[in-house]
Amino acid sequence: MQPSGNHPSSSTQAWPSSDLIGTDRSGLPPAGDEGDINAVLAVLQEVPDPEVPVVSVVELGIVRDIQWIDSRLAVSVTPTYSGCPATEVIEQHIYEALVAAGYPNPLIQRRLSPAWTTDWLTEAGREKLHAYGIAPPVGSASKRSLTGHSDPVVPCPLCGSKATERVSEFGSTACKALYRCRDCLEPFDYFKCL
Amino acid sequence: MQNAAQKTQTPLTTFLLRLGDNALVLGQRHAQLCGKAPTLEEELALMNVGLDLFGQARNWLTYAAELEDEGHDADHLAFRRDAHDFRNLLLVEQPNGDFADIIGRQFLFDAWHVHLLEDLAQSSDPRIAEVAAKSLKEATYHLRRSSQWVMRLGDGTEESHARMQRAVNNLWQFTGEMLQADEIDQAMQEADIAPSPERLASRWKATVEEVFQQATLERPPYDAWMYTGGKVGHHTEHLGFLLAEMQYLPRAYPDATVW
Repeated sequence: MQPSGNHPSSSTQAWPSSDLIGTDRSGLPPAGDEGDINAVLAVLQEVPDPEVPVVSVVELGIVRDIQWIDSRLAVSVTPTYSGCPATEVIEQHIYEALVAAGYPNPLIQRRLSPAWTTDWLTEAGREKLHAYGIAPPVGSASKRSLTGHSDPVVPCPLCGSKATERVSEFGSTACKALYRCRDCLEPFDYFKCL
Repeated sequence: MQNAAQKTQTPLTTFLLRLGDNALVLGQRHAQLCGKAPTLEEELALMNVGLDLFGQARNWLTYAAELEDEGHDADHLAFRRDAHDFRNLLLVEQPNGDFADIIGRQFLFDAWHVHLLEDLAQSSDPRIAEVAAKSLKEATYHLRRSSQWVMRLGDGTEESHARMQRAVNNLWQFTGEMLQADEIDQAMQEADIAPSPERLASRWKATVEEVFQQATLERPPYDAWMYTGGKVGHHTEHLGFLLAEMQYLPRAYPDATVW
């Protein structure tokens, strides 16, 4: 296993650092040749999130930068939550997928800033979550969505009813809350806004 | 245990140990509740909050270890220091008790933590700013949950109100040191690394008063007698037991490379 960047700061800073909650909506930055980057993205598109395997790391929005440092491929990945237990596993899976695709000894860097936001979930990723039975984030992340001052209506991903209620602020993982549908009575996970 | 850390401590590394140890010790209090929470939903919530705190602890302690430059990592700081080397607040090491104690401790901490992180996200130290900005999202959500529980219990049944009030009354004596600046806090403020403690104190009080009012809880006086000492390593007896459990495995097998 390639020892990945263990400290959270990174040497490459492609974005202006954002200290506001969930306001940064920048997409992948241009770095290197576009065709090369698309080839890498195609590889990473096949790497699933270990805890929500229906979405890839690209769709989850945690791949933050792809570039070449002296002809060595460098991929920056950001954790969803500070304590996400899948962080190392994801980095390892990305490393292995890139090696298998013919990129020798890729550098996997961990980047904390700007902090991940659910606004970076791609449209395809949101649709896949929904089809999987997980309600995707409603609206965009803001301080108000975190403090609970603007709780959205979360439609049931199973029957579509809007008569739902939150059972707990946390679901099966840190990134989800637990909801219940008052119409079909099924419980479901909500991928909360962060 | 040899104490290499002491030699190289600067105000900044001490400050980082305080941040990291708060998160680590409170996270461990949550870990102790695994399998023992009152309901499955609360079990999940408590473990997720603990997990967030462990992640934050790792980020702070990793930075502290890098600055100390003794060849150690965050694990070394977490598992190889004794109680008197820990710099966490006395509040976070208090035992779990009943659910009101757990929620009360969390709320009093969250209300302080969120406001601290808001300011640290603007720190002159970019590494601190990025760890704080990341942690702030999590802490904001923690505060939302703990505030709602304080209100629900405080403004609930006679029994839940009595227990919530008792928990607050018991924990209050450990809140003083959060708001009291010492020379480390002063040094951090002068370097624009951390906020002024006075500014932090007034925002903590505002949040506490707002939530207590909605929870119909009586706020103990700010000038009540306060225990202090956690920030300089003088802890209550509870920390040693917590560390003994948490550190047992890595200390028993110091040569293990995988565990």
